[in-house]
Amino acid sequence: MEPTPLEIKEKRIYVDWGMTDEEYRMVEEDILGRMPNYTETGLFSVMWSEHCSYKNSKTVLKKFPTSGPQVLQGPGEGAGIIDIGDNQAVVFKAESHNHPSAVEPYEGAATGVGGIIRDIFSMGARPIAMLDSLRFGELNTPRTKFLLEQVVAGIGGYGNCIGVPTVGGEIGFDPCYEGNPLVNAMCVGLMEHKDIQKGQAKGIGNSIMYVGAKTGRDGIHGATFASEEFVEGGEQQRSAVQVGDPFMEKLLLEACLELILDHSDILVGIQDMGAAGLVSSSSEMASKAGSGLVLYLDDVPQREADMTPYEMMLSESQERMLICVKKGSEDQVKELFHEYELDAVTIGEVTDDGMYRLYHQGNEVANVPVDALAEEAPVYQPEKEEPARIKEFNEMADFVPKVPDATEVLKDLLQQPTIASKRAIFETYDSQVLTNTVVGPGSDAAVLRVRGTNKALAMTIDCNARYLYLDPEVGGQIVVAEAARNIVASGGQPLAITDCLNYGSPDKPEGYWELWTSADGISAACRELGTPVISGNVSLYNETDGKAIYPTPTIGMVGLIEDLEHVTTQDFKSAGDLIYVIGETSADFNGSELQKLQLGRIEGKLMSFDLQTEKTNQDLVLEAIQSGLVESAHDCSEGGLGVALAESAFGNELGIAVKVSMPVENLFSETQSRFVISVKKENQQAFESLINNHGTLIGEVNEQGKLSITAENGEIDLATAEAKKLWGEAIPCLMK
Amino acid sequence: MKFAVIVFPGSNCDMDLLWAVKDIMGVEAEYVSHNETSLAGFDGVLLPGGFSYGDYLRCGAIARFSNIMKEVVRFAEEGLPVFGTCNGFQILTEAGLLPGTLLKNSSLQFICRPVPLKVVNNDTKFTSEYEKDEVIHLPIAHGEGNYYCDDETLAELKANNQIVFTYEEEVNGSLENIAGIVNKQGNVLGMMPHPERAVEKLLGSEDGKKFFQSMIKNFGKVTV
Repeated sequence: MEPTPLEIKEKRIYVDWGMTDEEYRMVEEDILGRMPNYTETGLFSVMWSEHCSYKNSKTVLKKFPTSGPQVLQGPGEGAGIIDIGDNQAVVFKAESHNHPSAVEPYEGAATGVGGIIRDIFSMGARPIAMLDSLRFGELNTPRTKFLLEQVVAGIGGYGNCIGVPTVGGEIGFDPCYEGNPLVNAMCVGLMEHKDIQKGQAKGIGNSIMYVGAKTGRDGIHGATFASEEFVEGGEQQRSAVQVGDPFMEKLLLEACLELILDHSDILVGIQDMGAAGLVSSSSEMASKAGSGLVLYLDDVPQREADMTPYEMMLSESQERMLICVKKGSEDQVKELFHEYELDAVTIGEVTDDGMYRLYHQGNEVANVPVDALAEEAPVYQPEKEEPARIKEFNEMADFVPKVPDATEVLKDLLQQPTIASKRAIFETYDSQVLTNTVVGPGSDAAVLRVRGTNKALAMTIDCNARYLYLDPEVGGQIVVAEAARNIVASGGQPLAITDCLNYGSPDKPEGYWELWTSADGISAACRELGTPVISGNVSLYNETDGKAIYPTPTIGMVGLIEDLEHVTTQDFKSAGDLIYVIGETSADFNGSELQKLQLGRIEGKLMSFDLQTEKTNQDLVLEAIQSGLVESAHDCSEGGLGVALAESAFGNELGIAVKVSMPVENLFSETQSRFVISVKKENQQAFESLINNHGTLIGEVNEQGKLSITAENGEIDLATAEAKKLWGEAIPCLMK
Repeated sequence: MKFAVIVFPGSNCDMDLLWAVKDIMGVEAEYVSHNETSLAGFDGVLLPGGFSYGDYLRCGAIARFSNIMKEVVRFAEEGLPVFGTCNGFQILTEAGLLPGTLLKNSSLQFICRPVPLKVVNNDTKFTSEYEKDEVIHLPIAHGEGNYYCDDETLAELKANNQIVFTYEEEVNGSLENIAGIVNKQGNVLGMMPHPERAVEKLLGSEDGKKFFQSMIKNFGKVTV
């Protein structure tokens, strides 16, 4: 028996569902004027969770620039949309699935992939690529190895089966993610302008139809679960994790695209049933259109017997979509879905009274204002306070690394799991299905051609959270800048970003300060680089036993390559080519891979960073690429110039002879705004006059198979093949 | 010449195959649903890669019961060309059109990368445009491509020269590195690698082109 409204109030059952006393009071007194029943309390608790309502992050998100001439759809729909010319558009979004992946890594990661793919095709786009950003603890415990193995298997299991290529991503390892790994998945889709959909339920009397998999009891309160911290012994939360079926989603994808592309005359709106399932999709669709809604829950396809309204509304069973179609067209829709062996069932209709009403077994089981659910969650601006560590970091003396033997240091760095080759992982993903992949995983950005044009899309997902840990604002700028650098190095003009804001608890003033402050950095970089935020999600409460992860705002970026001729990779191409480094190098070791290697932790004041220098250098590199002067381009990031040079030599196993006028340890400095570029000798003059004094000629590619790098007071001397072997085998070795 | 690209629920390389044959090789091709019962008007059948019916049973084990497969079997028995790549190869073995079976990769993991292959038999209508023992590079993308058959079948495959492609390195545990085989009559070929992913230089390799060129040249004149 469900508790009565009075029992819910007196026993404060809503607290277990993440609702505060004040929120309950608002529902009772300000909204309903009566005590909510069991189902209604459930609806409010989940719709007002951070995951669905962004109640703690809304004021932060408002800081982001979200508009620009290229933006066709900003935040607020399933995914953002960017114009790429020729009446085509690119659709993308990234989403976190951290909590489920910590508890049930295979299914958590798999359903993360499935969820983000639905967001893309619900906009009317065909999903063309997946990217993933993953964070784990140090790769030296059986638990972390298990998590990595299972998360990777889950991503591959879902993506490979549904047939969307996984073309890029990144994986980082730091102790702060030990109990709280991050799984952020990004999907990119391609569409025609005319097919853009909205998640809306409008037109009185129009039908609400349920399509796809049946509803079970899995994932109930998943959104609430995602809005809580982990505590020791809390592994009983497995029932809040859903189970994925990529085959079902493949059918759903094809059926929905057929409906969208061929039957726009009868389709009014479409939305994924993601977090908070049926209640969130239906109430948001009605609220966006200013409508009301009636749902008849007996008609909801159910996988299990005797499901209650509460369970049906809150279930997060996967592979389900909600559509609104014109009255009278229901049979046509059913027939279409039947061709794909899928259920399509009318479960309700659009009304004009702004109320959200649910019926079950002849009884009205909920009757609440639709806007109160979808739009009117309280907005909080929690207290914020700079964490004590920031002041300490700023007052510390700069870290000075010890580099008695630069060759040994390079070898060590190449084997750090964050830097080491991820081939063993990405080769388990189908990166080529749909046959558009020009540059696959392992490069700065993935590149996919756009069929029927001479254009291509560059895409990347990136975040160096260590920098944000030292300084959230500057670190926030750098994370956007680095994503853009990846796009530029591939020959693309950065267009826009999506973000997954992974943070600790906003209930702690220090946690909220990190979120607040890094958003300023992200916003500033987005403005300077002309890349608005068009979609994303927020994942707060990433804490285990009170200890938060590094602030980790993962940035997914897409850029446009105007001409396939401009597609550039990081690999040195031929002997005789000249090697340049664009940008200045200083002694920037705080927060670096080298500091972590030598000190076992990161600390100190973050390097200075100038957005204008960044923009200038990026523009120069892009212009040089577009002028046909560049053979290879590589972003200089973790591990610095030494690692960037080595990685550039690995692809074709070439040698390099480089001489730099800097102290040898600076070969591993992580100064920003730098690129390693190679140029044909005959283009030397044209290239140098273009980059002016923003780059330095440092050496030449050769066929001697050796990395020979001479600095002022030391040198690197290492066979390319040996370096590549160490770099390539580090992760497989650690996984054993 | 007109090809039928069969679409099973869960096929996901159907679009790639159609693109390769129609847009790159320039011959006619159309999708044919698993529910159809006729291949009238088609001169060749292409079974795409993917995860038919989710591959929730053995790979290809459910797809072989589709309506269209009866017609594919008839088509094959009449000597008309049938080609299956990846999941298509798995379906052909399940349907009994090719001997042996595909087990899980020896690494127990899905593998996606270009691999070197030797065209050990260019005396087939699918490979005549290649040189004998030519080494080519085609992408693979599968979790269950570990070819296996019993000794008797292997002896028969060898005696009839039915082994067409072998991996040049150990890839997935396949018996004698077998990557692709043809039936005794020479009109049904299955292989795990994806020639349709290697028909454009832009995407890394054109080594698959000669495969389709061979098919078009040798089977082109046949009509139903």
